[in-house]
Amino acid sequence: MAVVNMRAKYKVNTKTPGVPGVLKMTDEKFTFNPNDPRTSAKLDVGFRSIKGHKFSKEGSKLALLNLTLEEGGYIFEFDNFSDRNTCRDFVAKVLGKLQTVSSGKEDAKVVSEKPVPLFDEQLSTAEMERRMKLLQEDSELQKLHKQFVMSGVLTEAEFWATRKKLLNSEASRSSKQRVGFKSTMLADVRPLTDGRTNKVTFSLTPEIIHQIFAEKPAVHQAFLKFVPNKMTEKNFWTKYCRAEYLHRTKNSLAAAAEAAEDEELAVFLKHDDILASEARRKIRRVDPTLDMAADVGDDYLHLPDHGILRDGIKESNDAEHEHYKRTLSQDLNRHAAVVLEGRTLDVELGDTRTVAEALARSKQGELSAEASDDNASWRQSERVSRMTEIEDLQGPRGLPIASLCIKDPRDYFDSQQANALRALGDAGGGPKAANCDLSPEKAFESLSQQILKLKAVGLDDPIVKPEVSLKVMNTLAQPSGDKFFLGKDSQDEVLDRLPHGTREELLHHWKSIEELLRHFWSSYPITTAYLYAKVDRLKDALSKTYPKLEALRDSMQSDYRNQVGLLVRPMLQAVDAALAHAESEKRSTKTGARPNGLS
Amino acid sequence: MKFQLEDITVYFPYSHIYPEQYAYMLDMKRALDAKGHCLLEMPTGTGKTIALLSLIISYALSRPSSPPKLIYCTRTVHEMEKTLAELKLLYSHIQTHISGASPQFLALGLSSRKNLCVNPRVLSAESRDSVDASCRKLTASWVRALAAENPNALTCEFFEKYDKAGAGAMLPPGVYTLQDLRTFGKEKGWCPYYLARHMIQYANVVVYSYQYLLDPKVAGIISKEMQRESVVVFDEAHNIDNVCIEALSVSVRQQTLEGATRNLNKMTREIERLVVDTTRLTGSYHFQRFKATDAGRLRAEYNRLVEGLAQRGNLPISDTWLANPALPDDILKEAVPGNIRRAEHFVSVLQRLVQYLKGRLQTENVETESPVGFVASLNSQVGIDQKMLKFCYDRLHSLMLTLEITDTDEFLYIQTVCNFATLVGTYTRGFSIIIEPFDERMPHIPDPVLQLSCHDASLAIQPVFQRFQSVVITSGTLSPIDLYPRLLNFNPVISRSFTMSLTRDCICPMVLTRGSDQLPVSTKFDMRSDPGVVRNYGRLLLEMVAAVPDGIVCFFVSYSYMDGIVNSWNEMGILQEVMQHKLVFIETQDVVETTLALDNYRTACDCGRGAVFFSVARGKVAEGIDFDRHYGRLVIMFGVPFQYTLSRILLARLEYLRETFQIKEGDFLTFDALRQAAQCVGRVIRSKADYGMMIFADKRYSRHDKRSKLPGWILSHLREAHLNLSTDMALHIARDFLRKMAQPYDKAGNGGKKTLLSEDDLKRMGESIADMF
Repeated sequence: MAVVNMRAKYKVNTKTPGVPGVLKMTDEKFTFNPNDPRTSAKLDVGFRSIKGHKFSKEGSKLALLNLTLEEGGYIFEFDNFSDRNTCRDFVAKVLGKLQTVSSGKEDAKVVSEKPVPLFDEQLSTAEMERRMKLLQEDSELQKLHKQFVMSGVLTEAEFWATRKKLLNSEASRSSKQRVGFKSTMLADVRPLTDGRTNKVTFSLTPEIIHQIFAEKPAVHQAFLKFVPNKMTEKNFWTKYCRAEYLHRTKNSLAAAAEAAEDEELAVFLKHDDILASEARRKIRRVDPTLDMAADVGDDYLHLPDHGILRDGIKESNDAEHEHYKRTLSQDLNRHAAVVLEGRTLDVELGDTRTVAEALARSKQGELSAEASDDNASWRQSERVSRMTEIEDLQGPRGLPIASLCIKDPRDYFDSQQANALRALGDAGGGPKAANCDLSPEKAFESLSQQILKLKAVGLDDPIVKPEVSLKVMNTLAQPSGDKFFLGKDSQDEVLDRLPHGTREELLHHWKSIEELLRHFWSSYPITTAYLYAKVDRLKDALSKTYPKLEALRDSMQSDYRNQVGLLVRPMLQAVDAALAHAESEKRSTKTGARPNGLS
Repeated sequence: MKFQLEDITVYFPYSHIYPEQYAYMLDMKRALDAKGHCLLEMPTGTGKTIALLSLIISYALSRPSSPPKLIYCTRTVHEMEKTLAELKLLYSHIQTHISGASPQFLALGLSSRKNLCVNPRVLSAESRDSVDASCRKLTASWVRALAAENPNALTCEFFEKYDKAGAGAMLPPGVYTLQDLRTFGKEKGWCPYYLARHMIQYANVVVYSYQYLLDPKVAGIISKEMQRESVVVFDEAHNIDNVCIEALSVSVRQQTLEGATRNLNKMTREIERLVVDTTRLTGSYHFQRFKATDAGRLRAEYNRLVEGLAQRGNLPISDTWLANPALPDDILKEAVPGNIRRAEHFVSVLQRLVQYLKGRLQTENVETESPVGFVASLNSQVGIDQKMLKFCYDRLHSLMLTLEITDTDEFLYIQTVCNFATLVGTYTRGFSIIIEPFDERMPHIPDPVLQLSCHDASLAIQPVFQRFQSVVITSGTLSPIDLYPRLLNFNPVISRSFTMSLTRDCICPMVLTRGSDQLPVSTKFDMRSDPGVVRNYGRLLLEMVAAVPDGIVCFFVSYSYMDGIVNSWNEMGILQEVMQHKLVFIETQDVVETTLALDNYRTACDCGRGAVFFSVARGKVAEGIDFDRHYGRLVIMFGVPFQYTLSRILLARLEYLRETFQIKEGDFLTFDALRQAAQCVGRVIRSKADYGMMIFADKRYSRHDKRSKLPGWILSHLREAHLNLSTDMALHIARDFLRKMAQPYDKAGNGGKKTLLSEDDLKRMGESIADMF
């Protein structure tokens, strides 16, 4: 039984300072013993009464953990986040376990008594959460889970082992989505004035600093260069804010004067050389159909003093202090470009220094990736030619294929059956034709083969022989003989006509048998004692399905009994086959020596 | 597809064709048959360019004995790239359709050295002029002659290799974009720039910018050899009058004159060195002879000038210069006057001229003068007569060649002055000289400028009309179509404006007159800085940004207005709210930054993030960037983009127009503003499958005299009910429109009027298609 002991403060609400003490957690309950025994803040609470847990975000001021009841809760503050995280993970695990148990309360008693060999595998909270989420989303899965895992036919691990893919996709989905850059311009810090004095205040948070670094590489570089060798971080940001203020007041003269005096300040006020060189690098990769820079290089109107200078269209600007002027539009463009790049860092936004270094690393990586990118120009021309085409004059062409995602396989396979029948009729030529990527040689080869086949078999061979089709018709029409079966015989037609409850029940039976059979067959050949036990368990469970199915069939009115019988028959056959296999296995092991010497 | 149009077989690279494209081709074909000029307005988004290209090329293919060459002029390099991409499509289509020996077909784009050079040493230069100069430093004939003797001298290996290949240096048939030319040049080791310039004589299609035909300085060296049977196309030609005017205008500033003085001093020193050396140094025989050749150069030049040759006969291709700024017919074909034949005399004339101009710039008041008066006062004060002025440019050119000057970018100033002198000496009508001591909008900053401005657009384009048998002027906005023949002074054999046949109303123009608080909005001078108007415009953008998917483009009337309003929005917090929905990009005066912003804008639209682009009517972006499909679902035109009406140059031009062409000032201003507005909003549609909304946000658009100047294809979709909207109503209409556009529709059109024709349709319908319009 796991126990966690941690130093913590118990708080009635977040505002109060809290009572220092020790928090002890076990699988069943948690206790809190204050350091000062006189206080009444002693706690002893079972986890069953806890409904959930909340916690403060990493990087926020306090490391809090809140264990919530129906109403209110217990708030603990920890010295640091790692302590809190340990407790949080523990609580999550305990609560997760309790919840799975309580969801199947009816069978709960059985669960605790049954020996479950693999149940105590160590699961991370994240893993648990993922499983619970999947169960919540898919009611069918939940039913199956309840039926087999709670009743002990399958263990938790066995149940999930066949659904690894599902779990993995869920996992990858949740981990790949990363938070991008904020669209708002955080770097555009606005000063606050208190109105009474001449003081202005800028406030910078780690997130703002991150954005400043990303958008202003000169500041970023200066930070790496100056801090902490030349000045403290605080000094650095003070200087930065000063420069921002000068810029904000649009006082380019003052800016020029200040920059002349202070070379570090000048870094913030001048144009960003790194940006300029980056722009030069990027302009080479720009789509030629919107490259206006090439234009300037082309037409002779751009000769100085050529053409009309002051006709009210072009606007001259004073070039004197141009160097110290940064416009809002530049900032906007830069900001949008950075957001679009969406470069995020894996490090926590806490320490400025690590953020700065991580950013520098990621930039380095980007540069080298760009350098190795050879076919950029080819892709560019490809893109241009695609852009020039007028789409609706062009006939339809091979559309890009999106991968198929089937939520309900029934919809797909039922319609597929019809397709398959049709394809079979086409003498196997159908599916091949779908692959358009054949080279001419291959296509010719396949065509000649088909012709050969045709020559051998002959064209007059009908798709279905009349006798066969008549026979099929008769067998289909015989059992019910009513009008439902005219023309169509696909299963969902039948299903659709059944009462809703019956249909659901049937489907559920089918699913559960499927599940059992899958586990059953996957455990052959039996190589370990554990598998042996499992097969036994499964056999029991399978044999229990007989009466259930029969009861279902018998409960139907005569109208549907036949149809249900038809539907149930394959299920029974599948179970029969499995049981027969199990019997024969047993017999063979009894007579002969066990292949692996297992008892 | 392939179909028969009267007697020619037209190859068209798509499986379907719009009926208006068919009609457009038919009209153009008739103009070509008549060997005359034509003027065609065709709505944007109907595949104008491809129709034009496939007709003219098919026309040339059907006349193999004397195929006309196509000279296709675009305004910008990126439009050139787009056109070449369409040509590639057409070319590959023709190749598949004509079996057997495919026709020898060559198409290429031509640009400056800056865009074509592959020599890394030259390319490291920043501007176009310094690239030109560094190229010249490596390829000028005297540099190469020197290099032949001295193996250490630098030359350009690409040029040398190209020169060695001689007549064998040819491009194989195909379509070449600038990138393709560079790649080819790198592979072969030939200079792509000179190769391209050489190949335009043999090419079937040449794509280059307007200036290469309209600006006499450039046309004189590039387009001299084009044969008369060529078909010249000016695409997107709604601004062609402005290009013509710019081509013949010069402005001289304080910096220019200072630079010119420096240039003259340098030249004087150079001449003295040449002259003095020969007279004084008589020591070593070898040295003497060497110097004698230097002095001999000056003497040879003098003799040449006496013989009446301003130019030195057949120059090697690498020595060519910008040609004379005056139009070819106006250049005097006689000997250079005696008093500027000697180099030192000519330099002193220039010194006097620069001195005089400096004096004129000292003025405190705005002065306007005609060229005749200017020349007269120049003659009386510093003794330079008209004929000397006229020869200034050619004389300078000759002198610089004689002095073997390679760093041409340094000598741009004196070139500008001579440019000015030649123009002022040549033309008496249609020009005026305006001297302004400061910019009117910034009276506190002294910035004197002397401008020679041309008012008559027909001057520059006249030689083109005369030289070539067919000139096609086409654009999406040429309304009113009868104005252009007057402005450009020509007689089109066909002049026609097409409408658009639509299966659904895929464009939705609206006129927004009131903001969300029901107060009028406008960029009229007295209203534009009103915070209420600024806020109303901001709210409009905010509502639209939340409702419209993908890209939105906003056009403002000027840079200063855009800067102002964006700053106010930033202060008001509107910009922050906009950013919650879409990323914001802005056009700036810096082209590199704007290009990158545009590229990012497209990426943002491609990835579904959505973005807004703020741009300026009459700016670079409005001129040639398409915002089709998801790159622009909505265009908002904030205000009416009138020109700055207090500009002296504009006033002088208006006066000239009234006197010469009887065009009223108000009419011209409205026409000009509305063509810009139409141009801005017209960029959203690319094909009939595309859709987009256009909002004209100014109360003045609701007036009939303004609105009626819009092109017909916009007017026909502008419903009565959409003429006087407030923000909330516009939002409602926008939502409705977007919902409607999201429905699947019948591409080909149903019932009697088909909007998409297949090859069979064309065969069946025959000539009757043309009557649909």
